[in-house]
Amino acid sequence: MPLTTNTILICAGGACISAGEESVKDVLERKIKEYNLQDTINIVETGCMGACSLGPIMVIHPEGVYYQKLTPEAAEKIVEEHLLKGRVVEEYLYKGDKGKIVPQPQKEIPFFSRQVKVATRNVGIIDPLNIDEYIARDGYFALHKALKEMTPEQVIEVVKESGLRGRGGAGFPTGLKWEFARKSPGDEKYMICNADEGDPGAFMDRSILEGDPHSIIEAMTIAAYAIGATKGFVYVRAEYPIAIERLTVALNQAREYGFLGENILGTDFSFDIEIRIGAGAFVCGEETALMHSIEGKRGQPRVKPPFPAQKGLWGKPSNINNVETLACVPPIIYHGPQWFRQWGTEKSPGTKVFALAGKVKNTGLVEVPMGITLRELIYEIGGGSPTGKKIKAVQTGGPSGGVIPEEYFDTPVDYESLQQLGAIVGSGGMIVLDEDDCMVDVAKFFLEFTVDESCGKCTPCREGTKKMYEILDKITKGEGTEEDIDILENLANVIKDSSLCGLGQTAPNPVLSTLRYYRDEYLAHVRDKTCPAKKCKDLISYVINPEKCVGCTACARVCPVNAINGEVKKVHEIDQDACVKCGSCIEVCRFGAISKVTPAVQ
Amino acid sequence: MLAKEEIKKIVQEAKNERLEEQDILIYILHKIQEKIENNYIPEYAAEIVSEELKIPTSKIYEVLTFYSMFSTKKRGKYVIRVCTSLPCHVANGREIINTLKEELKIDFNQTTSDGLFTLEESGCLGLCGVSPVIMINNEYYGDLTPQKVREIINNLKGGESL
Repeated sequence: MPLTTNTILICAGGACISAGEESVKDVLERKIKEYNLQDTINIVETGCMGACSLGPIMVIHPEGVYYQKLTPEAAEKIVEEHLLKGRVVEEYLYKGDKGKIVPQPQKEIPFFSRQVKVATRNVGIIDPLNIDEYIARDGYFALHKALKEMTPEQVIEVVKESGLRGRGGAGFPTGLKWEFARKSPGDEKYMICNADEGDPGAFMDRSILEGDPHSIIEAMTIAAYAIGATKGFVYVRAEYPIAIERLTVALNQAREYGFLGENILGTDFSFDIEIRIGAGAFVCGEETALMHSIEGKRGQPRVKPPFPAQKGLWGKPSNINNVETLACVPPIIYHGPQWFRQWGTEKSPGTKVFALAGKVKNTGLVEVPMGITLRELIYEIGGGSPTGKKIKAVQTGGPSGGVIPEEYFDTPVDYESLQQLGAIVGSGGMIVLDEDDCMVDVAKFFLEFTVDESCGKCTPCREGTKKMYEILDKITKGEGTEEDIDILENLANVIKDSSLCGLGQTAPNPVLSTLRYYRDEYLAHVRDKTCPAKKCKDLISYVINPEKCVGCTACARVCPVNAINGEVKKVHEIDQDACVKCGSCIEVCRFGAISKVTPAVQ
Repeated sequence: MLAKEEIKKIVQEAKNERLEEQDILIYILHKIQEKIENNYIPEYAAEIVSEELKIPTSKIYEVLTFYSMFSTKKRGKYVIRVCTSLPCHVANGREIINTLKEELKIDFNQTTSDGLFTLEESGCLGLCGVSPVIMINNEYYGDLTPQKVREIINNLKGGESL
């Protein structure tokens, strides 16, 4: 094989693919061939590099030069300039805060430099379709160590000592879970990977499966050895076709290399894994619902106990871990529990992957030590607001979580601290909200989701969340009363206490937490019929400021319902009865003459 | 229409390649839906599966109606799944939904009269970094604006492949 002089890592995560990664890669390949460089330049499609808002991204080694927001033209230029002549193409480099453009290795860019990667150690660095690249990064070393040098009990002890807690949401100690499954009597046991991540705003599991599928296979095999399982299942959402495809390839490679199947690594231990595909039901992320779905039934949860460790899949002892949790296992086994404990806090050791989304400059995935403050996460890594508007709060934990107002941003991110604030770490979604976001609308939004996703088995969840949604809808329409707020709060507490599974028990959280911090916004909606964030359509009007309007007619031309009248060069007016409040006019007005007002103009 | 023999073959193959026989129903339904034009499970197919697996048809419909990705009604050539989660919502996702409904002149879970498009809601598609996002069949489209949505729809109407 000829010696390569450059390796190009190009991000083939879902976000970069949607942003045109494939066409960039096609041009790269074509150009490289044109200049006869194909033997010396190696192109690797990696998993998600994390900085989704900057995609498509690539990194050229050995220097590690990082290029962002690529286009086919950019690819052409980079081949001609960088690869052929050795000149860095400035216009696609990362631009610092002061607009200073300097070629810098990826690891020195602020978004990346603050991160500590454990679960995502290989994502964005290796080719997920090549098992050799995984092995080259110490892959399957932990499996070897576990099978050859450790007893199952010792493996469990190491995981317990590391303090690893379930990253899917609840934060239950992983080692303890394994111990329950190990001690549960039964000849046949199952090891299940929960890859049904459904929390809106969290996408780390997709990213790990797409970018480093072998880490999950290795971890599941170690876990299976520890608990005594012979069969494994990965339950993946059907919405993640790329993840399914790459995991399928990885499973075949692992079998070929003897890391799966009969007598793994020449030991007595045998284990194999199959993929099970979901079919679009959020509740299937709940472990008992997930197991029903694997069994080919409706994915409805059941009462616990018995826990899966006692009676799981087909009534046999089973252990379920989430993708991100599993991805942490191989390095913990390989480096030992203290290595993992060097990060994080006493009760929440290690690192956690967060998905930054919403009103923040650098959206994407970041892995940081637990205990980092929200402020560091949102401002220093996330880069703060993209528009300069004031950041108001962050929503964590999806429909099971809550909002945290800006004044609490110095709180360390760990399971206990966030819980005290009425939010949760959850699966790690962080949706940043600014002054344009209405908290009643956010609560209503999540309730709509829960109503839709409730499996309908238990009454509090099925009927109760629907009632809560109706009240919220009333309030956002300006038809609510103060009594409604009390009913809402009461209902929320009842549903929390009486629902069958985690979905219903946590569904009221968005309401309770917004009521806790933003009761004044609720009151403004019911008392004054105003929406302080100017988001709720029934409580706002669009108006034209006659002093600023120059009569350019831009707004009148864009209005889909012809609600704007006025002659050229004369002040325009909006017919409030006809206006559908779509906001098209405000976007096209170049004179800042149109504004939103609350309450609505009668 | 997918021939009876082909459906039987899908069931047989699934039986052969799986470790566990009890749980192949959802897998088989996915396979059949993929192969049937219009992206759905017609009654005759459900009945064949019922015979082959010896599961009552009612049980099959129990599953078919529970999961949002299965349909018992004909769907369009392009199934558009709109992400309706909060990151997309705060990034003006509502306008994307309105644009889609206006352009296609249908509501969620409906199919255009030319049989080309079906509009469906989806929970998080996991691409929050480039919200708002839609998925058409197996392809993702991110960073959408009403303008981009219109272009995508028009391209597909014009017969351009995905």
